[in-house]
Amino acid sequence: MSQRKMRLATVWLDGCSGCHMSFLDMDERLIELAEKVELVYSPFVDAKDFPQDVDITLVEGSVSTEEDLHKIRLIRDRTKILVAFGDCAVTGNVPAMRNRFRLKDIMERVYSQNSTHKNDPPVDGIPALLPKVRPIHEIVKVDVFLPGCPPKAEAIYFVLKELIEGRIPDTSQLSRFGA
Amino acid sequence: MRAPVRIKTLTIDGKEVSAKEGETIWQVARENGIDIPTLCYLEGLSPVGACRLCLVEVKGANRLLPACVTQVEEGMEVTTNSERLVNYRRMILELLFSERNHTCSVCVVNGHCELQRLAQRLGVTHVRFPYRYPDLPVDASHERFAIDHNRCILCTRCVRVCDEIEGAHVWDVMGRGIKSQIIADLNQPWGTSDVCTSCGKCVHVCPTGAIFEKGKAVAEMEKRRQFLPYLTIMRGGKQ
Amino acid sequence: MTVDELQQLVAKEQEAKQRYKSCINVCVATGCIMCDSERVKEAIEEAVKERGLEKEVIVKGVGCLGLCSAGPMIYVEPEGIIYHKVSPEDAPAIVQGLISTPVERLVCPSEMPFFKRQVKIVMENSGTIDPERIEDYIAVGGYQALMKVLTEMSPSEVIEEVTKSGLRGRGGAGYPTGLKWSTVAKANGDRKFVVCNADEGDPGAYMDRTILESDPHRVIEGMVIAAYAVGAQQGYIYVRAEYPLAIKRLRTAIRQAERLNLLGNNIFGTTFSFHIELRIGAGAFVCGEETALIASIEGKRGTPRPRPPYPAEYGLWGYPTLINNVETFANIPSIIRNGGDWFAKIGTEKSKGTKVFALAGRVVNTGLIEVPMGITLREIVFEIGGGIPEGRKFKAVQTGGPSGGCIPEQFLDLPVDYESLTKVGSIMGSGGMIVMDETSCMVDVAKFFVEFCMSESCGKCIPCRVGTYHMHELLSRITSGIATMRDLELLEELCDLVKNTSLCGLGQTAPNPVLSTLRYFRNEYEAHILDKSCPSGVCPIRRLEEVPV
Repeated sequence: MSQRKMRLATVWLDGCSGCHMSFLDMDERLIELAEKVELVYSPFVDAKDFPQDVDITLVEGSVSTEEDLHKIRLIRDRTKILVAFGDCAVTGNVPAMRNRFRLKDIMERVYSQNSTHKNDPPVDGIPALLPKVRPIHEIVKVDVFLPGCPPKAEAIYFVLKELIEGRIPDTSQLSRFGA
Repeated sequence: MRAPVRIKTLTIDGKEVSAKEGETIWQVARENGIDIPTLCYLEGLSPVGACRLCLVEVKGANRLLPACVTQVEEGMEVTTNSERLVNYRRMILELLFSERNHTCSVCVVNGHCELQRLAQRLGVTHVRFPYRYPDLPVDASHERFAIDHNRCILCTRCVRVCDEIEGAHVWDVMGRGIKSQIIADLNQPWGTSDVCTSCGKCVHVCPTGAIFEKGKAVAEMEKRRQFLPYLTIMRGGKQ
Repeated sequence: MTVDELQQLVAKEQEAKQRYKSCINVCVATGCIMCDSERVKEAIEEAVKERGLEKEVIVKGVGCLGLCSAGPMIYVEPEGIIYHKVSPEDAPAIVQGLISTPVERLVCPSEMPFFKRQVKIVMENSGTIDPERIEDYIAVGGYQALMKVLTEMSPSEVIEEVTKSGLRGRGGAGYPTGLKWSTVAKANGDRKFVVCNADEGDPGAYMDRTILESDPHRVIEGMVIAAYAVGAQQGYIYVRAEYPLAIKRLRTAIRQAERLNLLGNNIFGTTFSFHIELRIGAGAFVCGEETALIASIEGKRGTPRPRPPYPAEYGLWGYPTLINNVETFANIPSIIRNGGDWFAKIGTEKSKGTKVFALAGRVVNTGLIEVPMGITLREIVFEIGGGIPEGRKFKAVQTGGPSGGCIPEQFLDLPVDYESLTKVGSIMGSGGMIVMDETSCMVDVAKFFVEFCMSESCGKCIPCRVGTYHMHELLSRITSGIATMRDLELLEELCDLVKNTSLCGLGQTAPNPVLSTLRYFRNEYEAHILDKSCPSGVCPIRRLEEVPV
């Protein structure tokens, strides 16, 4: 086997970035991982476009906007193993709490009733919100689910280690919905 | 004179066990260190066999039997944990998560929830069914407690504890099917109930964050159940 | 009433009938009333009066004549002429027809297989007696079986006779009636109850309603005999509020039977007493399930509970309770009168007697039929039913309502009995039979029944409450053309769960329409999913791009 490093990407859709913070909490284990993977796309690095031929992508956040929808389909096309990373990606979680309301009502509440400036909702250069927030597996096929809000650093480390070793990890005992 | 206790012998998951006549499979399994999952059954309350998580395989029976209401019989061979059963249990939990808005991360019982704990124990890492996101109310009209229907799984423990133990019968179920909902009295705000004694038993038997004490923040609410067996024994053992 | 009085009443009634030369029987069961048969009856009475024939012609409201799609129906005795699609304007012609020749354009050929191929036990009096007159029922031998039971037989002899007949529960499951009776008879209890389940709720099925509207005393007689056999003192008829006419006729029948002391204390002067009360259901399908029905009679929320204990041992208020369906009770008087052996000669080895079906859907003759067990589906659909209208092609026949399944053409020669229908993935059920032709989409049919179960689920157990919801969602995705093969896999897995883990029969059988259509018409599911098309042109397929996420 060649020593080719695995191409890893992490993506931040509609989430609070807490899962990425937890990723950073792997601390010194990040150095160990860096020897085995190349981080080709991530909020942590400067790449602008999602590259081709990614081995593993961790997706934090739910699919909430047109942009998220476009991205997740692109990511699925270009990724071998897609990991739903954290509760927002797995269940919809907090972003999905708006789903019980109509989008129009939410916009009105935020941009007219509760706003001091009574502005119209912004439209230019901002992706439109989808009527419902969805967990990513409702849009594309997901290979590994890692629930948790956020998943602990240990769980993330275990998942990545297993995937690097070519195994699909059993995440059920590592983490749970909500924590 | 008391009738002599009859003993039945049976096997549970290949283990030979003995039990008193009249005991249920669930009780005997528990006595022998086998914890059969359940969300509606609670010792001290009458069993209803509604959550279907405690279904077990009994050799010779042509269907699965709920362990919480099935009495042991001589020579029974019970399997509590086959792959088929585990798959069914997982799917039942998935159905529950999809039914209402269980946002664990912001729930008062996060970390102390029976539904959440069971999901982890049974390896439910995601829900394959589309979430329903129903529009359900939170009733915080009671002085000390609140009921959040988003977290309710309709186990009816609250209904039973209030009726059978407290004797107030504040809670009941209205509607049917997916539209079923727990109601206070004649579907009125909990705080306006004349019969509620504010005893808090419903709060503590509730397996999820549906009924909780006010003033608790995320993950702060823990349920205390110790009172229940004590109360039932004191009341002459309806257990 | 004494035995002699009963015989006197029979003689008196028969004599009275002989005084008339003709009898015009107008159907006044719900089906024909919907097509204005009450006005037809009035018009005929008027016409009889105008011609001054009141002393020779009697006009009678009777029960169902079967061919409900061609109502209002009229049956003229003693000539045996059947008229169909009669309007009030036809009244003078019909009365004139008694004297001259029958009204050709209204005559329904009584030789047609629809009438010829039927064998009537439960419906034997339907169409000839006035359901609102107990004397009519008595005149044709009614309450003779009860008299025989109370004066000549012991309870165990009655049970033996029923056991010998091989009668099985007509509510759908086919549990041997004799066995059920003996279980209740043997059960210990200070009190026992007999309950008649008249909470018929399958879409398209109206057998029980029609029996109650056409011959209510028959059911009451069956119940009293059952009560004597099992030792019950009190009976309930649980009938749904959607059947106002059946309720009205039952009320009348109970009052009449009480007046003649065929119900009440010391029936026929014996020590046996039995009372019947009506309980009106509020329209929940699940209350047809026996434990939910019991809860509802007790005044509680109508939800089922796990069995065992079965109602035979632990039923109403904890006492041993016999619960049988309307049609089951309606068979009893005939079995007692003619003997269990007589009954056992009709039908197949394991399914005895006849079964009433509500034949509906894409078939020429729709209505209520009573056929011997063992008749083939082909005979029912193509002979009795008269085949598929407009030369279209037969596709399937659905039996057993929302708990049943769809049976394809390859099984048309299957004998209709409990075992055969179960073997091909359907059930006998209570008697709904819906014929479908090539214009029916089987996925859409499955979706219809699942939607019914979803809205009728009581909500107590999770697999039924939430499972039927998601089954419906998945089927809706398929019929909208937005489903993937993964959705189909999930649907199959979900059906397996709901079938095997639900608390009561409603949930356990709710997947049957899906499973049976998947078994025989999988290609239709795949066409919706893979080709994004509905082969029958029923489902509104949307393009994926149009569907909001």
